[in-house]
Amino acid sequence: MNTLDSKIPPGPLAQKWTRFKNEVRLVSPANKRKLEIIVVGTGISGAGAASALGELGYRVKNFCYQDSPRRAHSVAAQGGINAAKNYQNDGDSVYRLFYDMIKGGDFRAREANVYRAAEVSNQVIDHFTALGVPFARDYGGTLDTRSFGGVQVSRTFYSKGQTGQQCLLGCYSALNRQIQKGNVQIFPRREMLDLVVVDGKARGIITRNLITGEIERHSANAVVLATGGYGTVYYLSTLAVNSNASAAWKAHKKGAFFANPSFLQIHPTSVPQLNQYQSKLTLMSESLRNDGRLWVPLQKGDKRPPNGIPEEERDYFLERRYPAFGNLVPRDVASRAVKERCDAGYGVSETGLAVYLDFRDALKKQGRKAIENKYGNLFQMYKTITGIDPYEEPMRIYPAGHYTMGGLWVDYELMTTIPGLYAIGEANFSDHGANRLGASSLMQAAGDGFFILPVTISNYLAGEIRSAPVPLSHPEFEAAEKTAVARLNRLISIKGNQTAGSFHRRLGKIMWDHCGMTRNEEGLKKALVLIRELRDEFWQNLNVPGTIYELNQELEKAGRVADYFELAELLVNDALERKESCGAHFREEYQTPDGEARRNDAEYAYVAAWEYTGENTPHVLHREELKFEEVELRERSYK
Amino acid sequence: MKLTLKIWRQKDARAKGRFVTYELDDVSEKMAFLEMLDSLNRKLVESDQEPVAFDHDCREGICGSCGIYINGHPHGPVPAITTCHLSMRYFNDGDTVWIEPWRAKSFPVIRDLIVDRSAFDKIQAAGGYISVNTGSAPEANSIPIPRKNYDNAFDAAICIGCGACVAACKNASAVLFVSAKITQLALLPQGRVEARDRVRAMVEKMDELGFGNCSNTGACEAECPKEIKIKSIAAMKREYYKAF
Repeated sequence: MNTLDSKIPPGPLAQKWTRFKNEVRLVSPANKRKLEIIVVGTGISGAGAASALGELGYRVKNFCYQDSPRRAHSVAAQGGINAAKNYQNDGDSVYRLFYDMIKGGDFRAREANVYRAAEVSNQVIDHFTALGVPFARDYGGTLDTRSFGGVQVSRTFYSKGQTGQQCLLGCYSALNRQIQKGNVQIFPRREMLDLVVVDGKARGIITRNLITGEIERHSANAVVLATGGYGTVYYLSTLAVNSNASAAWKAHKKGAFFANPSFLQIHPTSVPQLNQYQSKLTLMSESLRNDGRLWVPLQKGDKRPPNGIPEEERDYFLERRYPAFGNLVPRDVASRAVKERCDAGYGVSETGLAVYLDFRDALKKQGRKAIENKYGNLFQMYKTITGIDPYEEPMRIYPAGHYTMGGLWVDYELMTTIPGLYAIGEANFSDHGANRLGASSLMQAAGDGFFILPVTISNYLAGEIRSAPVPLSHPEFEAAEKTAVARLNRLISIKGNQTAGSFHRRLGKIMWDHCGMTRNEEGLKKALVLIRELRDEFWQNLNVPGTIYELNQELEKAGRVADYFELAELLVNDALERKESCGAHFREEYQTPDGEARRNDAEYAYVAAWEYTGENTPHVLHREELKFEEVELRERSYK
Repeated sequence: MKLTLKIWRQKDARAKGRFVTYELDDVSEKMAFLEMLDSLNRKLVESDQEPVAFDHDCREGICGSCGIYINGHPHGPVPAITTCHLSMRYFNDGDTVWIEPWRAKSFPVIRDLIVDRSAFDKIQAAGGYISVNTGSAPEANSIPIPRKNYDNAFDAAICIGCGACVAACKNASAVLFVSAKITQLALLPQGRVEARDRVRAMVEKMDELGFGNCSNTGACEAECPKEIKIKSIAAMKREYYKAF
């Protein structure tokens, strides 16, 4: 395949989705009952899609590696979910939400997809509310909102600091209703080991039962991946420690192009690393920047306790550099500004790798009760982890790997380059360009799962009603299972003396040091060498005790880390290839004199979609040119 | 610091389990409890022994995966936190730490510290939802909800489904877990429509799955990492009596 067809409907931007819905091919209710759909992942997009497809009458099989669908990592999203309701009468609109996302993504996202995400955002809020999601309310009983980074309106709906949990449990309840009705069959504690492609179409998956170790075959008429992002490539990140890229990577190796892998979001406000054994970093929600102010001492190496440093000796560096948006600049901008101050020697705490996030002024102005209402659980969590009370002393925070804008390439219908294989939520690349704005991941995941995929998938399935079912004994199932088992055997028979976790930690360090908040050619080239070396060592010196056919958590980890070695290499190559700075991808060689990202629209206004060509041959780059019909490309400024 | 760990090892639900003693001599007080277990497992794997199996995922207190009975308390001795948030600074050099899985008939042991909590999902599937199809929701602000109802619904809705309430209860009762969902939905106008059917179906399923009766001791509230209050059990009982 040489050309990428994004299948964007013709016509004016604001009418594309309506037009698509009017013209999409439908599947009759009787035929829906004959069609099976596999959905991998039970986060907001996966559980949303599984429930919506179940409601439509399809036969759905839904898989997750967790013991219950309620534990998918969407659960950990904190701050909120955006929608263009304009309840605040502050000038918001679908267009403005769309524009904020396009600009926030540094003009590297597809206009039509982003507009549609903004368009369905209001339905998402309606649906969650109807499902009983307790969004914050004002005294009159109407829904409340707050602000997030990179925007000048208040459009973020929230449930204190547990918005992701509440939205996910809403999806989980809708999913449960379909499970009860028999429309959805749930397969918890299953890991997808491979995608089965028959006659060029996605027709099933191979899974491993994580309790018994049994290798299973599942067939369907279409497969939907809702498997999240690959932020744990850094090892330390804000993600769940078992989050992984393996399902997406296996699909990639079966023919699905991987788009913009180097677009990884580093979130500015995480609790800093406390010790060398640390297994993960805990996010402190972006919503805190509504009331918290970031600062460092004006004097290098100022060792006084923060409350002892007078106002005139503090550098509120975000307010100084970005007066228009202040503390609410987007994440990529804030993260780099924090790094810049710490690298220059102004960082605080023992390591010098932290800045203050201070609520003193907000507490004085609004009182403790108001702050507690908004951020109570976050303050509590911070205190639990660090032992420091943020009501008394500023938080110490530092950036951490968080979200991946890159992912499987999909067209307007959310279909990958493999017919019948879809990717939704964080697993695809489509809506956030080079940087995601806060509170838009829940929005996109729910939009994809509830309102977009269930419509677009019928366009494909309408052509599948005559396809014969694929028996589980089909040679492609045989071959995929054989490959999967061979790989597990290979991992288990190395019998070296190091754990998968220790390799993962070392790989993460390479990626963080050379392909993190800032990148340069020399560092990236060095990373490629280091990744290869470590990968060789992994395949020689890994130890996985136990067997395949039993519960084996070390084997699970080893498989995921093995895939990460391959993805890491692609990620670095993508970062090398993109000789510009945009959003979260900051190449030191390409910056303005005041240290801001310098895009190169003439040469790089495209989506980099990578094709896998084999174990020992390089990936092939396909470019999807981004055409901006509605917005004008301009420098992304928050000053 | 040095610690002696007494960890419950059990191959599967049918096998006989036992405590195995492990000595660790380089535990940092900056570690989280699960990181201490990670370091034990690393040592075990490096010497080709089978690591201790335990459930964990987000490691930030929200997914509800982790759940270990530590020194006689679900999630350990510190109130209002999950196991993943338990810091080693709460332990002292020379301590012996007893580490066990949740113990309840309805949560069979899968291996070591991992138990099968799918009974919780079955109770939720019996009625823990509002029946609304995608696309049929009214405009979100068309039904105002008093702030107080929202606050109380939210306080019940933050249950993470970890099972500590069951593990804490001498009757292995699930009433705190079940009542949290019933309370949340009963407080919202959208949820009132099915309130009667919901409470009956969920309570019936809970009984069917072998959870015990409420012990009235309040142990569940004392051990709940999210501080769900037993007033939700009272609310559930009111809903239940109204349902007949």
